[in-house]
Amino acid sequence: MYPQTYKYTNDHEWIDLATGRMGVTDYAQKQLGDIVFLELPEVGKTVKKGEQIGSVESVKAVSEIFAPVSGTIAEVNAGLAEKPESINHDAHGSWMVAITPADPAEAQDLLDAAQYAELTK
Amino acid sequence: MTIPDHRDQLIFDLSTPGRKGYSLPAHDVPPAPLEGTVPDGLLRSGLAGFPEMTEVGLVRHYTRLSTWNYGVDTGMYPLGSCTMKYNPKVNEAAARMRGFAEVHPLAPDETAQGALAIMHALAGMLGEITGLPTVSLQPAAGAHGELTGMMMIRKRLITRDGHPRRLVLIPDSAHGTNPSSAHLCGYQVREIKSCARGNLSVSALAEAMTPDVAALMLTNPNTLGMFEDEICDVARIVHEQGGLVYCDGANMNALIGKARPGDFGMDIMHLNLHKTFSTPHGGGGPGSGPVVATREFEPFLPTPVVVATRDGLRLDYDRPLSIGRVKAFHGNFGMILRAYAYIRSLGPKGIRESAENAVLNANYVRARLRDAYEVPYDRVNMHEVIFSDHKQNEYGVTTLDIAKRLIDLGFHPPTIYFPLIVHGALMVEPTESEGLDELDRFVEAMLQIAEEARTNPDLLKKAPVTTRRSRFDEATAARKPILKWTRPVG
Amino acid sequence: MLEAIGVPSIDALFEPVPAAVRLQRELDLPPALSEPDLTAHLGALAGQNADPSTHAVFLGAGAYRHFAPSFIDQLLLRSEFYTAYTPYQPEIAQGTLQAIFEFQTLVSELMGTDLANASMYDGSTAMTEAAMMACRLTKRDRVVVARSVHPQYREVLDTYAKNLGLSIVEVGYLPDGTLDVCALADAAKGAAGVVFQYPNFFGVIEDPRKAVEVARAAGALSVAVVAEPVAMGLLAPPGSLGVDIVAAELQAFGVPVGYGGPYCGVIAASEKCMRQMPGRFVGMATDTEGRTGFVLTLATREQHIRREKATSNICTNSGLMALAATMFMAAYGKEGLPELARLNFDKAHYAEAAIRKAGAKAGVTLRFAAPFFNEFVIGGLGDAAAVQKRLLGSGIIAGLPLGRYYPELRDSLLVCVTELNRAEEIDRLADGLAG
Repeated sequence: MYPQTYKYTNDHEWIDLATGRMGVTDYAQKQLGDIVFLELPEVGKTVKKGEQIGSVESVKAVSEIFAPVSGTIAEVNAGLAEKPESINHDAHGSWMVAITPADPAEAQDLLDAAQYAELTK
Repeated sequence: MTIPDHRDQLIFDLSTPGRKGYSLPAHDVPPAPLEGTVPDGLLRSGLAGFPEMTEVGLVRHYTRLSTWNYGVDTGMYPLGSCTMKYNPKVNEAAARMRGFAEVHPLAPDETAQGALAIMHALAGMLGEITGLPTVSLQPAAGAHGELTGMMMIRKRLITRDGHPRRLVLIPDSAHGTNPSSAHLCGYQVREIKSCARGNLSVSALAEAMTPDVAALMLTNPNTLGMFEDEICDVARIVHEQGGLVYCDGANMNALIGKARPGDFGMDIMHLNLHKTFSTPHGGGGPGSGPVVATREFEPFLPTPVVVATRDGLRLDYDRPLSIGRVKAFHGNFGMILRAYAYIRSLGPKGIRESAENAVLNANYVRARLRDAYEVPYDRVNMHEVIFSDHKQNEYGVTTLDIAKRLIDLGFHPPTIYFPLIVHGALMVEPTESEGLDELDRFVEAMLQIAEEARTNPDLLKKAPVTTRRSRFDEATAARKPILKWTRPVG
Repeated sequence: MLEAIGVPSIDALFEPVPAAVRLQRELDLPPALSEPDLTAHLGALAGQNADPSTHAVFLGAGAYRHFAPSFIDQLLLRSEFYTAYTPYQPEIAQGTLQAIFEFQTLVSELMGTDLANASMYDGSTAMTEAAMMACRLTKRDRVVVARSVHPQYREVLDTYAKNLGLSIVEVGYLPDGTLDVCALADAAKGAAGVVFQYPNFFGVIEDPRKAVEVARAAGALSVAVVAEPVAMGLLAPPGSLGVDIVAAELQAFGVPVGYGGPYCGVIAASEKCMRQMPGRFVGMATDTEGRTGFVLTLATREQHIRREKATSNICTNSGLMALAATMFMAAYGKEGLPELARLNFDKAHYAEAAIRKAGAKAGVTLRFAAPFFNEFVIGGLGDAAAVQKRLLGSGIIAGLPLGRYYPELRDSLLVCVTELNRAEEIDRLADGLAG
């Protein structure tokens, strides 16, 4: 159900540590409904783990996106910002930004797929 | 090819060059030269996007638009927290009297004694109704009144202690205007969880209340339609630490003539004239949000204040400790006048009976529907009652579906999905304007829908079908917003 | 009903209210008045107020008397419009929603901007929210305001700014009544926004291009305040001159002066400001049958969703007044608004010439030399407040004595002349001011 190769946060973000790419989970997109707008940070921005880096909007709700790890924003998926509804179709395949991590030790605090599945039961 | 229906057209589509729908007074002065007066490049070249219509065309267009709306005069409008009571027509007639409608706000005070008398009298009446005698009629709406009240709290704390404190406590059931008003006043918001019975948790409050907290903002009766029965303890806990209690007066319709916020420890509150005091909602506004407070707040009132002097009523601008102005001129006089007329037409007995009937009607609806719909807090409520869609979820039916089907059955839906602490909330506030027969019709409709949820949920999912338009794709509307008409190309 | 609920009396329903705080007496209010008695009472109070049937009125200063075609008020009285709530259920509110969509379109056109919202309370709060928008968009916290902006609007901005920790810097006017652009340029460095009024509070026609240039050079946003929108029938719209945000008062468009309210504010701006704009938006949408209609949209900016992070706390706006303004704009239309503006311009210039001529010997002058629209400042009156009081006796409300707001203008009156002032009463004013 949740990709084994990803790590997860309590705030329903996923991150692929191999590429640094992250997004929001399928559970999150279900809670939000039809996604209409994404607010994403700029390339080069330094972020701290847990810091708000953007937001996801549906018609009736806004959800903040938090950095799963500290680091620098290496890439921003402008294509996704143009078509935010892709998140509803394929949340785990829709990456928002890629973070170059500053401290590999932080990965230990992230949840694995089984732990995240437990959280969203 | 489908021929466009002329009834679907915007005013811009209907425009025809050369048509005229206005008429001006005689041009009884010579034309003044534009050249050499208006600076170069500042003369307008035209109003290309404005329509040209005859009066007949304009009247038909806007009359047609009105027929697509549903108002209180169409039928029952049980929007929880909005108090959609009947808007008396005598108030509309009064507001249009020349001596009210055509008085300039900056006319000398001695030429506006009638208007000032109404403002002064309403302030007194609102003070008596709430037990909070210090009154400002300047705020233009409830949220505006909230902000004004919070600014007065801030100023009072600075004057009293030298600093405003940092935090404001707000229950998780609060209307969104509460935290946003606190934020606009420079405060940080801390949310307090409601307890299982739906009321403010006194223990959570006691834990959160510190000398760093300027105020607690709460609604009473709360947004679930229940009276905060521990309110005296709540006020005491806040006051003991030097804080102040702000009361959101949106639900005042349950209490008028029965209890007064000033008597149960509230320091300052706003009222919604467009809720409790019958002024019309106008399709989104205008409203009026007077602030009433204890006497200690008097120096901080917005400027100006109506005062009685030897020479008659005056606008007093000499207010050194005032928070300043929150709006140009004196307030929404048109709504102040309507509220004054409303209170004068009811008198004290009528006011009290309004609250009693509002509360009776809401409890009756709860009693009739409590088997068909889940009532999260199934006990005596005040002027509004909350249901959830929990029972209907079993059939895949949601609050939204129930609301839309009610439209097909001839009613405006209740408030939906507020407050956020109830999943799938349906908040019904009948008001005192509805007689037993109308309440029974509403109840029958809701019972029918509960049955349909079980036997024919598709009917609900497709609703409404009897209206000019059916459900909209709001997601696409938000993704690619089109916020104005543009002339079609080619 | 009590039986159905299962309680013995209505009092039982109030049992959750602690006995100690339940009112034990009837409210101390006057007894109920019947409808005819209420009407007589209110009529008597109305009779104590001066209005144009009793006095010739030459007051503007942010509230303008213009002729609204009779059909407007009669349509406003259609109860489907005025007794309806905010259009959150779009299927039964297409009337309100389409009218507001037309309003947004007309305002954008009038102001020369990409978009406009669905209304604010009034011009003063529209201006204040526009200044706050500029701060959010530039992430700066200082706003520069011309002193020739409406003094009450500036008071409102001050009140909000104090509570938000924003700093407001005022810039004065030149002897000709226009904005001191050099002082503006100095003050604008590092500012979020530059706020001026067009035409300004004195009726003087500012050149927005100057303020736009100053703002751009400083990396700030320009905010034009329009308090007399009839002027937009004659003057180039601020958006087309490069202004970023327009904060307007549309009371002049079919809303009675009504002793100060309700009025109709609005914010119009460029597309880049869209997500930071306060207030509601109506957008076009398609229903399940593929039909075009209208819905409230972009609600995630607003307080009921974003709560303390919202662009504003505004909920109720001025919907019915916006409807009046829509009908007014549609009725006057492409040809009528310029004609109305021109008539105002002509009447005001006739008045100024007549006042100057009649009052020349008494030292009565036009205070500011810069071009004006339908308001102007008359100086040399000595104690202008006393002059206004004297003229009251002749059935004339001569204008606004400026001393309360501009101590240096204690000898001056702000006089407004619209299409509703007849030549005959203008002549009486001129004679009256001459002493």
